[in-house]
Amino acid sequence: MSCSRIKSLLVVSFGLFALLFSTSLLANENKAVAVDSNGVATQEQPSTEHGAKKEEAFNVTETILEHIKDDHSWHLWGHTSIHLPVIVKTNKGFEFFSSEKLMDEHHEPAVYKGNFDYKLIEGKLKIVDANGNEDKEANKQLWDLSITKNVASLFVSVFILLVVLLSSAAAYKKRGVTSAPKGLQSFMEPIILFVRDEVAIPNIGAKKAGKYLPFLLTIFFLILINNFLGLIPFFPGGANVSGNIAFTMTLAVFVFIVVNLSANKSYWEHIFWMPGMHWSMKLFLAPIELIGVFTKPISLMIRLFANITAGHILVLSLICLIFIFKTVFASAIAVPFAVFIGMIELLVAFLQAFIFTMLAAMYIGMATEEHHHHEEGHGEHKDLAHH
Amino acid sequence: MLLEINPLVLPDIGLVFWNTIAFLLLLVVLGKFAWKPIIKAINERESGIEEALLKADKMKAEITAMQNENEALLAKAREERAVLIKEAKEASEKMVADAKDKAKSEYDRILADAQLAITQQKNAALTEVKNQVGALVVEVAEKVLRKELSNKADQESYIKQLADGVKLN
Repeated sequence: MSCSRIKSLLVVSFGLFALLFSTSLLANENKAVAVDSNGVATQEQPSTEHGAKKEEAFNVTETILEHIKDDHSWHLWGHTSIHLPVIVKTNKGFEFFSSEKLMDEHHEPAVYKGNFDYKLIEGKLKIVDANGNEDKEANKQLWDLSITKNVASLFVSVFILLVVLLSSAAAYKKRGVTSAPKGLQSFMEPIILFVRDEVAIPNIGAKKAGKYLPFLLTIFFLILINNFLGLIPFFPGGANVSGNIAFTMTLAVFVFIVVNLSANKSYWEHIFWMPGMHWSMKLFLAPIELIGVFTKPISLMIRLFANITAGHILVLSLICLIFIFKTVFASAIAVPFAVFIGMIELLVAFLQAFIFTMLAAMYIGMATEEHHHHEEGHGEHKDLAHH
Repeated sequence: MLLEINPLVLPDIGLVFWNTIAFLLLLVVLGKFAWKPIIKAINERESGIEEALLKADKMKAEITAMQNENEALLAKAREERAVLIKEAKEASEKMVADAKDKAKSEYDRILADAQLAITQQKNAALTEVKNQVGALVVEVAEKVLRKELSNKADQESYIKQLADGVKLN
């Protein structure tokens, strides 16, 4: 019991540390972007004489952000990329077209004339007016439901998960339960058992864990596979799904819904009217606890997003060293470091999936816990206070 | 103000939408066709192993109990055998003793009979000898008397003598 407390404490402290670390990185990024937008502004003025000059002005921040951000086409190699479909909903209905039409022959954003004039501004689809400037009023009704790079990568991961897990489920049916697992099945089973025995049961309790286990397993495997796919630098991977705030936010919202829907009476009582406390303390604690209800899933969202994004930025920065120094010898330092960070990223990929699931399980456990001992506990505290 | 936020931390509605669909799909499909059968199979296997272990323990206990029983039976059998042997021995000894006693009493009886017979025969023989000796004595005495009492005077003195003798008796 105490062992698991220490473990969860470690996890939390590590998460906090990672959060601090990655937010400071993000802060740096913010500054860099500000600089970058200036740089872009200055760059666009002499756009008539691009080419050799643009080659020279290698912008690290832009390059890195380009790799981390979502995109409407999936770059494969050189000038080859997959043009993903764009799906747009406006008050004039749905529109489907290929993202190829948003690019001209120089791979620069071009205006596509559909129900509105669409153009990519900083990689995001926007409605523009006749001058090619963003039409903010019209953009309010724009719903960009495109199959972007991240969405496509997400579908790939869903497909992989379905194939792998359904085939290992079929293996149980085929081989029976008495024989030892084999092949893919034997690879998945320890992970499933790990989630059950190390994540679900210690946090939720053996009695209720079974109910939440499918949810936790799905979250764990979805994060894990997307973390791993994000580490592959070329085609089936290459997208930064689990380092995208929309992805982590969606999962965090699901956790929020599950936690609050399964919360029992005593959980709400502990939030709004903490038992065993003086009434003034109860009034004081209620807003704090209420904020905690929301900060828990928000911390989940930020932790995963920041950790994965930070890792990607780190690897890309190291690789960019070669282009900054403009010498192949820089790779002697950059590549071993990138490989080293890559190894750590492999660990982080697993760790973050584990931490997300672990904390989700912990929140569910807190929400469904039966508080039998609490009345006595508070009573004792009161007695001690009197003495 | 919103524009100053880094685009990295602004969620795209498109990805949120597709991710919700993808996650719900995974949750439903995997929940029904992957997690349920896999967890069921794992649980079945675990309970099977547990059962097998319990069974093995039970068997072990049974075997031990059987062994104990066997030993107890063996000990009992041994005891019984000892008792039987002892009884047989006693019986045989008794038989021998009885036979001895019987033989002795028979011997005694035969001896007694023989002694009785001997005594009777002896008595009979003695009687016969006495009778014969008596007859011989009478015969001899007759012969002596005939010779001595051939004259009348002697005869009368002898009768007188005998009469005196009778009177004295």
